[in-house]
Amino acid sequence: MLRDITIGQYYPADSKIHSLDPRVKLLATLVYIISLFMVDDVFSLLFISVALAAVIVTSKVPFTYIMRGLHSIIILLIFAAAFNIFLTPGIPIFTIWKLNVTKEGIKSAAVMMIRMIYLIAGTSLMTLTTTPNALTDGLEKSLSPLNKINVPVHEIAMMMSIALRFIPILIEETDKIMKAQMARGADFESGSIIKKAKNMVPLLVPLFVSAFRRANDLAMAMEARCYHGGEGRTKMKPLKYQKGDAVAYVLLAAYLAGVIIIKIVTNSIL
Amino acid sequence: MPIILDHVTYKYSTGTAYEKTALSDVCLTIPDGQFIGIIGHTGSGKSTLVQHLNGLLKATEGTIYYNGKDIYDKTFDMKDLRTQVGMVFQYPEHQLFETTVFEDVSFGPKNQGLPKKDVDLRAYEALSSVGIPQEVCDSSPFELSGGQKRRVAIAGVLAMKPAVLILDEPTAGLDPKGRDEILDLIQETHRRSGNTVILVSHSMEDVASYVDRIIVMDGGKVKYDDTPKEVFKSYKELEEIGLAAPQVTYLMKELKEAGWPVKSSVTTVSEARDEIIKALKK
Repeated sequence: MLRDITIGQYYPADSKIHSLDPRVKLLATLVYIISLFMVDDVFSLLFISVALAAVIVTSKVPFTYIMRGLHSIIILLIFAAAFNIFLTPGIPIFTIWKLNVTKEGIKSAAVMMIRMIYLIAGTSLMTLTTTPNALTDGLEKSLSPLNKINVPVHEIAMMMSIALRFIPILIEETDKIMKAQMARGADFESGSIIKKAKNMVPLLVPLFVSAFRRANDLAMAMEARCYHGGEGRTKMKPLKYQKGDAVAYVLLAAYLAGVIIIKIVTNSIL
Repeated sequence: MPIILDHVTYKYSTGTAYEKTALSDVCLTIPDGQFIGIIGHTGSGKSTLVQHLNGLLKATEGTIYYNGKDIYDKTFDMKDLRTQVGMVFQYPEHQLFETTVFEDVSFGPKNQGLPKKDVDLRAYEALSSVGIPQEVCDSSPFELSGGQKRRVAIAGVLAMKPAVLILDEPTAGLDPKGRDEILDLIQETHRRSGNTVILVSHSMEDVASYVDRIIVMDGGKVKYDDTPKEVFKSYKELEEIGLAAPQVTYLMKELKEAGWPVKSSVTTVSEARDEIIKALKK
């Protein structure tokens, strides 16, 4: 039942996007997010849509998979759209009760919804095509200059990868404990909120105990293998740029240039 | 209360990239009062199979009848089924949560809606049947030793007095003494109350010396379903699917090949002892 959670889930496939260096994908996602918030006109959004569609197609990740991430923000989307439509001042088109629906409102609601949907689609595309390990490796490498100002980059990356690694383990553990308690007649579904919270005790206590036990075991295992932080530590698979990564960087630069040019051109026309 | 599995198929993560068939087309009849062993290699579907028996997993295809009623029927009382079919999971000590041992064992009967007096009685009875001394009852379950924790967790299920008791690898991670104690305790309850017991294991020795019937799972299918003697006759096929017959069976086979007049279909140590004594007297 809990297996269906898709936070940071990796979709295995053999595609050009999957084989890119994680640093490229991290930078590309950052550029993409910035570009989303730079633009608000039709042409730019069209350009971004084409670019996004091209990346989705090359990634070979099914479209439904990418859109799954939207389920969680549907309510947020509806609320934000409603506030934008009704509360933006401007030229009123029609009035419902005391609320004016303005042209500006509709436009800003549409732009905002497209932004949010694209934001989720783009970022899920990154986590779907990059294994959590590659992602933290990329992050560690990209942030390594911060080491000079005493930011413990390696430790942060290690914590992140352990945390990510533990998500599926803890989900499985929750599933197991839930089943075990349900077999003893526990009820996690019915009752008032207070009753439901109370019924969670048989689940949460063993879950915490097991999380601590696992953390302890992991710390022991790491120490037994002489782990002592990032200093002087080498990688089994060091990140190396391939030909495809250079191509991706060029394409990314072209994308950014495209967005900026369209922005300037549309601004001067309108 | 007989359980009938009718062409049960189960798939994990249906509709995703990780879809995996864990059970395929399993048909079984589990009559009252049997002591059944389910053996199989890791990933053969044995744990998945037993989780269907009390409705924790819902079959993708096929259905299960408990006492003649379809358990997937909308009007079927799943909570009632779970109190009738008790399940002890792997490493059951990981499910302990209450402040005292006694409270933890009472959790099951309390959920059954029994009056307080009956709950207490059942908890005491279950704890004494698993050999937990009374002075431990008021201490925290987290203070106990590994073997004691396991026995407390089993008592938690026994206290519900299930008509069918399922144990998923109850001896995993225990020392030989702890293992024998747990298995003897299960057999003792089985003899006393005449309940059905289903023991999932991958230790052939455990299974051979306690059960009346063995179900061998392989790749989500039922490969053999017979008495231990019959199943272990095909030890060569068992080896192919990563299992084996008990050590004594091999010993007796070699003795026979060396010319000793012994039966080779022996599956337990005590039987082997009798056979060898008999052969020596001849």
